[in-house]
Amino acid sequence: MTAASGRFRTPLSRARGLGAAKHGVGHFIAERVSGMVLIPLSIWAAFAGLKLAAGGYAMAVEWLAQPLNAVLLSLFIVAGFTHLRLAIQVVVEDYVYGFVSKSSLLILNYLVCVLGAALGVFAILKVALLGAF
Amino acid sequence: MVQLALPKNSRIGKGRHYPAPQGASRVKTFRIYRYDPEGTENPRWDTYDVDVGACGPMLLDVLIHIKNTVDPTLTFRRSCREGVCGSCAMNIGGRNTLACTHGWEDAPGAEIQVSPLPSQPVVKDLVPDLTLFYAQYASIEPWLHTETPEPQTEWKQSIEDRSKLDGLYECILCACCSTSCPSYWWNGEKYLGPATLLHAYRWLIDSRDEAAGARLDALEDPFKLYRCHTIMNCAQVCPKGLNPAKAIAEIKKLMVERVV
Repeated sequence: MTAASGRFRTPLSRARGLGAAKHGVGHFIAERVSGMVLIPLSIWAAFAGLKLAAGGYAMAVEWLAQPLNAVLLSLFIVAGFTHLRLAIQVVVEDYVYGFVSKSSLLILNYLVCVLGAALGVFAILKVALLGAF
Repeated sequence: MVQLALPKNSRIGKGRHYPAPQGASRVKTFRIYRYDPEGTENPRWDTYDVDVGACGPMLLDVLIHIKNTVDPTLTFRRSCREGVCGSCAMNIGGRNTLACTHGWEDAPGAEIQVSPLPSQPVVKDLVPDLTLFYAQYASIEPWLHTETPEPQTEWKQSIEDRSKLDGLYECILCACCSTSCPSYWWNGEKYLGPATLLHAYRWLIDSRDEAAGARLDALEDPFKLYRCHTIMNCAQVCPKGLNPAKAIAEIKKLMVERVV
């Protein structure tokens, strides 16, 4: 609703707006669950990163080819991008007002995060299943 | 996008200076926001050197002293002068509080800055327009909802259930919390704000109320409820010592409870 069309609206009509969207709890739960999952995964990923930084390329390939490492790293990528998408969505909803710019940014956020997660998981699977050479 | 600078006609200029009277025993300077939206001038900061030896200890005493003896055009709301009505809520030394219960000596700085509650339209000087704030409060239908035929006597409530309303019913709707909340600044039209949500929770957990589901339905919205990011300004400024952030967190817990 534009400001001009709201000129003669009553305060109660303004306060009620278009009513409740009847969603939000799903986002709330997903953001917290992905955050909790990321605590152990991030600690594991940090240690793995330090270990891999000390070794060479071949060692990293060998490390990633192990099923446990491949699965955990995929989970880290998916949980990380899920959490990122949910968090960026909150920032956009907070600070961007126009309907077109807001919805465009929300779609862009979704696509970038899905793309990032897909590329990450594809790279892990490729190295794990087919090797890096 | 969010506006970080004030619009041109809202920029605050330097105003008049009112020196202390001759023979003042103890002088303190107050910098007070002055604005008349019906006039053509921009808002301004007027400075008053006040003989604080001649007035009471609270900031409201100082404002009344200025109005009575220095500048009768200064406009502010006040009524009970004891923290019960919420009329004199304003920003004192950078913090929203009640002028009647806040001693001016407790405000920081050599000059004490006094301005209206932030983010609301100004009616005049220190008087904010709280129309939307009150309408948001009305929108949560802050009264008992029942379908069971009314009992012959009163609706009964156990002592334990009654005690759940403590820390909630004391809210006087002064708007200190809502207008100190950055989420309310950015999305005040859609986010209900801490005061209204505290009252929403007060009715949600009232054991006599029969509309908890409908109340939760009306709140489940990314903006009406979930704009609260637990910034905690609300709890920090509440002049009654209440914790709206906790009440909002409890509403979020109820939302989870009904889907899990």
